[in-house]
Amino acid sequence: MSATRDHLGRPLVAVTGIGMATPLGLGAEESWAGLLAGRSGIRRITRFPTEHLKTTIAGQVDLPEEAGRDPFPSPERVERLAALTAEEALAQAGIGGRGGFPGPLLLGMPPVEVEWPHRLALARQAARSGAAPRYPDLVAAAEGRRDLFEGALFAGIGERLADHLGTRGAPISVSTACATGATAIQLGVEAIRRGEAEAALCIGAEGSLQPETLIRFSLLSALSTRNEDPARAARPFEKTRDGFVMAEGAAALVLESLEAARARGARVLGLVLGCGERADSFHRTRSNPDGGAIIGAMRAAIADAGLDPGRIDYVNAHGTGTPENDKMETLGMLAVFGEAPPPISSTKSMTGHTLSAAGAIEAAIALLAIRDGMLPPTINHETPDPAIPLDVVPNAARRARVRHVLSNSFGFGGQNVCLVLGAEPG
Amino acid sequence: MTRPHAPEEVWITGVGLASSLGEGAAPHLAALEGGRPVLDETGFAPFPIHPLPALDLDRQIPKRSDQRQMEAWQRLGTYAAGLALDHAGARDRAGGMHLLVAAGGGERDTALDERIAAELAPLPAAEAAPLLNQRLASGLRPTLFLAQLSNLLAGNISIVHGIGGSSRTFLGEEQAGAEAARVALARLAEGSAEPGIALVGAAYSAPRWEMLLTYAGGGVLWRGPWAPLRERLARSGGMVTGSLGAFLVLETAAHARARGARGLARLAALATTAARRRGGDGAGAAARALAGPLLPRLRPGHAVFSGATGVARPTREEFGFLDWLAAEGPARGALHLTADLLGHGIEAAFPANLGLAALAIAAGQAPQALVTGFGMWRGEALALLDAPGAEGSA
Repeated sequence: MSATRDHLGRPLVAVTGIGMATPLGLGAEESWAGLLAGRSGIRRITRFPTEHLKTTIAGQVDLPEEAGRDPFPSPERVERLAALTAEEALAQAGIGGRGGFPGPLLLGMPPVEVEWPHRLALARQAARSGAAPRYPDLVAAAEGRRDLFEGALFAGIGERLADHLGTRGAPISVSTACATGATAIQLGVEAIRRGEAEAALCIGAEGSLQPETLIRFSLLSALSTRNEDPARAARPFEKTRDGFVMAEGAAALVLESLEAARARGARVLGLVLGCGERADSFHRTRSNPDGGAIIGAMRAAIADAGLDPGRIDYVNAHGTGTPENDKMETLGMLAVFGEAPPPISSTKSMTGHTLSAAGAIEAAIALLAIRDGMLPPTINHETPDPAIPLDVVPNAARRARVRHVLSNSFGFGGQNVCLVLGAEPG
Repeated sequence: MTRPHAPEEVWITGVGLASSLGEGAAPHLAALEGGRPVLDETGFAPFPIHPLPALDLDRQIPKRSDQRQMEAWQRLGTYAAGLALDHAGARDRAGGMHLLVAAGGGERDTALDERIAAELAPLPAAEAAPLLNQRLASGLRPTLFLAQLSNLLAGNISIVHGIGGSSRTFLGEEQAGAEAARVALARLAEGSAEPGIALVGAAYSAPRWEMLLTYAGGGVLWRGPWAPLRERLARSGGMVTGSLGAFLVLETAAHARARGARGLARLAALATTAARRRGGDGAGAAARALAGPLLPRLRPGHAVFSGATGVARPTREEFGFLDWLAAEGPARGALHLTADLLGHGIEAAFPANLGLAALAIAAGQAPQALVTGFGMWRGEALALLDAPGAEGSA
């Protein structure tokens, strides 16, 4: 086995560029500094009025170009956040200048559609004829609105990004709920291992903070309602946790075969060593109580990396802060790692739950933890939950030797994906 | 497990189709030999659509509680997925099966949308916004959110049919259907999707105003009485959407043989690309590039299952491509414009055409088949199918 192949003889996959935008800041270093400082990015929602809402806080990410105008609709926010982080990652990797990225785009994104501001504008236009507008009238008013069509097409965001970033072939977009970002990375890793491409640009992006999405999550009783003190609302693994906090953001990773990265003299930031996935066929929003799919995905990722569980130094948790997720993730940790599990922290305590972006953002965080030998904390850890006997790196970042990180992503709909990130060998 | 190894042959061992024509292989095979479409030309006028079939849901989604948690597109897809599992005789393999779904957006509550729009449209924005919150918070049904999330078609299939291997949902209209099948084929062929069996497909429910709204914005819909694709193209062009659930069981030949299953067809190749549409349209050129490696493998009499939408620009590009292929390649057999039978099923179109091609090959209607997918806006895909074991080395 050569130094650029893994335990199964597949090409090792290197990360040579990282871009990140989170409620803690636009840019990987700014976000990372916020995480190490234990800062919360959660605040009161200012994008739209919050009267009549049970939850009025979020990890809202506004773009500088939005100042003084109507907020962007979700598709545009997703696209801009994806582009911003991709440009940061490409610049760091020093690859793909002006339309020449040597591989595909894998985009993890939320479903998008025509949203209320546009729907109401169409209704106002249709209402000019007198009667209350019905859907056929809205459709008639939408005729010729190419902007609505291209904005709401699921392929639109990927196509425009591929055009802008110069990636090769058909852009591929995926959605596996809260595991979406990890699925995008997994597809990129597979393409490189398979020899389809020497490089892949993997992005997870989220920009869905608008009234209807917030209300829908609220109606599922999934969101924290700790509105009075936003920075202290997200409290994964803590006894008084009461749900997740919706957030936005994006992360982009430039993946290359280690061989190709070395051949062009690129700086290797780390490796994606393993991917594991399992579908849970138990329930739409709950895991099987036996934890089988979560445990299976964690074990599959570690095995795919050619490691034993004992070689994992740190786990970046899915850690949403819902009572259910954190209980099940604890069960998974104890099953996979036994009596002495490694430290696990939930950076969602600071970023909030960035949904479709979370898997990519947290993979980026894992790589930075390896680079700097620092474990980001789980903040707001005030009252430990006796049912969670884990070292959650409470409240303050910690120095540690980190060679291998497991990053967990568990989605509604039973889509569980885990990644193992590692330091460059030798 | 040893790597790298020679690519495994991948078979289609089950096809699950549910469309306006009915369910299962028989009505669809019959339609290929000369059938008439089933249409609803009034319910969504001026846009004709191919309606949902009447399905006995209890046969594939036995729990009423599961049926209630879904909307029409998810029920259609979950039903078609069950048909595919039955057709392949592979229900007992569900636990380790990999699931790859192409999905669009789920249904909206259009009555609620209309009520809110009527109430809020006359109000100034500052008054409308808080009321919107109130009306949505009291009007939205929690279960509808789960019906709306794209990845919950896969979630429901996992729950109802017990699929436990993995679950991936691809987004992006027609292209998503082709990518789901491409990734499944690649993983099965390289031996990484153990134990070697996958369920792939999509569903689209056509009677949906909110989807027509999006597509009307793009000017891609045919208006007025239904007309066949070539007639539509001779005028302004446009697509007629069709309700379509299409799932396939893909399996390595070794896995199929080991459980005594027969292959309907071999999925010999599947390639995708996306021409950049800014400036001139390069879709035809992109497809010719994709077809290059397939050309020497095409045999006389091969049937073409075209996913042409009827939208003018990409359909003209595709017809130009097919003319080129007919000139460069061996003599073509039947050309099926399946949108004339099923309507255009968006994400489900490519998986459905793979399924039709497999059924046709298994029924002896064609020795080999080329499946095309030119998206209404972007994305091109080609697949080559033949009889299992028909070609010595691929």
